[in-house]
Amino acid sequence: METTRLIMVAVGGQGNLLASKVLGEAALISQVPVRMSEIHGMAQRGGVVESAIVFGDATSSIISDGEADILLGFEPAETLRALNRCSKDTKVITNTATLPPFTVSIGQGVYPDVEKIKELIKARCASLVAIDAMKLARQAGSPMSVNIVLLGALVQTKGLSFTKEDVIKAIERRTKKAFLDMNLKAFDLGWKAAQTYSG
Amino acid sequence: MHKLLNDSPGEQIMLLGNEAIARGAVEAGVAFATTYPGTPSSEISLNLFQISRESGLYFEYSTNEKVALEVAAAAANSGLRTFCMMKHVGLNVAADPLMTLAYVGVTAGMVILTADDPAMFSSQNEQDNRYYAKFGNLPMLEPSSVPEAKEMIKSAFDLSEELNQPVLLRTTTRVNHSNAFVTFGDIKPMETTGKFVREPSRCVTVPAVSRGLHAKLLKKMDKARELSEISSFNTVHGSGELGIIVNGVSFHYALDAVKDLGIEDNTKILRLGFSNPMPEKQINAFLKDCKKVLVIEEGEPFMEEAVKAFAQESGIMIPVKGKSEELFSRLYEYDPAMVRGKIAAYFNIDYTPKEKLSLDNVPQIPIRPPNLCSGCSHRATFYEVKKAAGDMDIICPTDIGCYTLGFLPPLNTGDFVICMGSSVSSSCGFSKATDQKVVSFIGDSTFFHSGITGLVNAVFNNHNFTLVILENGITAMTGHQPHPGVDMERFGLDGYGRINIEKLVRAIGVEHVSIIKPFKVKKSVETIKQALEYKGVSVILSQEPCVLYAKSLKMLKPRAFKVSDRCADHRDCINSIACPSFYLDDGRVKIDADTCVGCAVCAQICPENAILPLKK
Repeated sequence: METTRLIMVAVGGQGNLLASKVLGEAALISQVPVRMSEIHGMAQRGGVVESAIVFGDATSSIISDGEADILLGFEPAETLRALNRCSKDTKVITNTATLPPFTVSIGQGVYPDVEKIKELIKARCASLVAIDAMKLARQAGSPMSVNIVLLGALVQTKGLSFTKEDVIKAIERRTKKAFLDMNLKAFDLGWKAAQTYSG
Repeated sequence: MHKLLNDSPGEQIMLLGNEAIARGAVEAGVAFATTYPGTPSSEISLNLFQISRESGLYFEYSTNEKVALEVAAAAANSGLRTFCMMKHVGLNVAADPLMTLAYVGVTAGMVILTADDPAMFSSQNEQDNRYYAKFGNLPMLEPSSVPEAKEMIKSAFDLSEELNQPVLLRTTTRVNHSNAFVTFGDIKPMETTGKFVREPSRCVTVPAVSRGLHAKLLKKMDKARELSEISSFNTVHGSGELGIIVNGVSFHYALDAVKDLGIEDNTKILRLGFSNPMPEKQINAFLKDCKKVLVIEEGEPFMEEAVKAFAQESGIMIPVKGKSEELFSRLYEYDPAMVRGKIAAYFNIDYTPKEKLSLDNVPQIPIRPPNLCSGCSHRATFYEVKKAAGDMDIICPTDIGCYTLGFLPPLNTGDFVICMGSSVSSSCGFSKATDQKVVSFIGDSTFFHSGITGLVNAVFNNHNFTLVILENGITAMTGHQPHPGVDMERFGLDGYGRINIEKLVRAIGVEHVSIIKPFKVKKSVETIKQALEYKGVSVILSQEPCVLYAKSLKMLKPRAFKVSDRCADHRDCINSIACPSFYLDDGRVKIDADTCVGCAVCAQICPENAILPLKK
């Protein structure tokens, strides 16, 4: 089976570790081999959290710079920061809702313009889907569902070799029952947003 | 039922490496487990702690790693299968019992897990603990993947029982924190009641006994070497004249690289999973058929030096390379592309790395360092100490925990940290060596771990500094584990004692002890000022629960604040406390109502009293 390498970057607290667990479960359901690597500990105190997910035949569980087939960014500046993980063949999906790092408010940097970020990525990578996942998450019922909105967009772009139904089943298994309806709605909103995206 | 107690052998599940290790311990029939938590090992013990509440397993969070290993040593010498786990630097703390426990051995299986952290994702150094196996004469196993980690811990117990010797299981972050499919195996029933049989000629290590034990230990290691020669963890993959010797996660990078480079027909890989003692005969046999050998291992040249020594002794003259300027580094972790490139370079294989994206014209992206949480009481304490110190020239030794982040601007309250507990003892040194005022910080869990002895030293030697104990009621950074000051009834557990830090500090003989509630800014500053003026050892207990923990227990109902129109844009709030809930909107300070928990520290320092509760 061909290898697909997915990198997810997020800010601590955005729920990307749960998102990778859902993808892992979906891979198990569809019997796609998968290995995933994540960063815990100090990195979770508001810093950048990265998951690497390798689907298919390769046996490594991490992804080298320049070798991601898909980059899923939970925050636009973090997506841009992860450009070194991409090549011209990389499909990029990003949230456009910003979470400026604290360094910006204390004047240690300027947050890049989101339209400019989109332009920079589009010019270099194979494709870009950019959606306001935060808005959709609120629409689904809670900002906490931003991770599932982005999963919906990711699955819609068809880079992964399992079906929408498998991922929905994985969401049912891996997320809290109390939030299931909200998560399913979030997934659907993300899916539709990616489907109708025409940036 | 805990998912790792599932008794359906053959069922497949996606597990984190640390969960797989905990499951392996369950399958091995482990009856006794001890630890002090530390990344990247923490989820192993977290799972065993939960499992112990539903099974016959005895589990404890010990005060520190030395204590954990000593507690475990007794269990393993009473006939119980015993598992003791820690992060790599934790083994330094436990090194004293480790070295002599190797002499004494065990009467039931004992596995000591060291979780190394190449690249230091969450550690103060990247020491290579394989040397502990060599140093202490302990057999060592090293998994390359998540499913293998589960199998290996079971074999480690069998091996330990065959040799009556503790076995070191050495992982790295990329095994601990990777996820993969794991298949459940059978669960061996556990023996939970031990019996200690007196055997002073083995268990009482006076010199006359230890001389004999050392000789026996070397014999045990000879036997271990024979087992290493035939171990199913030391395996050759493929055949050819190009040889690769590899351990740990690098094994998979090498496997993928050999395939990607199309040199499968002429390359063979020796993966060493039983890596102390090394299988000398097997390595020599491997070298004999090779033209050239590359040793791939993160960290130090542990295998490389041994392989070279074996080759020298048996007169094998082929080139063997590993660490060098051109090839592999002793720094940080490896990755697939890097290993692919080095293999290609060493064996002269045509290879063009994937073209890098041009990052020209990509603007500077503001950095996102980790930060103390919104409403973290440490931030308030740091601010208050700085305020109280005013123009004093202060040195702030700090310690290992979330609060190490206080070293970042604008708090700048961290000047020296080397290991757990060093805040207190180094304060002793700074206060004698300099005329500067010393104010140090330590968390409650770290204080129990290794701060107490430093404080005893300070009182005895009459040092002069202020120690701030950040009493947030939990071991926060590693994921909210209990410590001896925690009320275990909160975990729904009875039968535990509880140590009161204030009483302990007073009993040690500290005469100036004060307590602050850090969210009361003015009062705290006044109290800290008095402690700073005291000549001698003063201790301040800063008491406020960890905000993340309080939120998770629903003990805290966030009540967000806002910046009102009264704001005159002094920005004292942002510039002096730097809570991540602040942001700038069109040049004006705002508070993110989703993350603000309402600690109200900023409201107390705003010169215009412009920060007010947000009315819902």
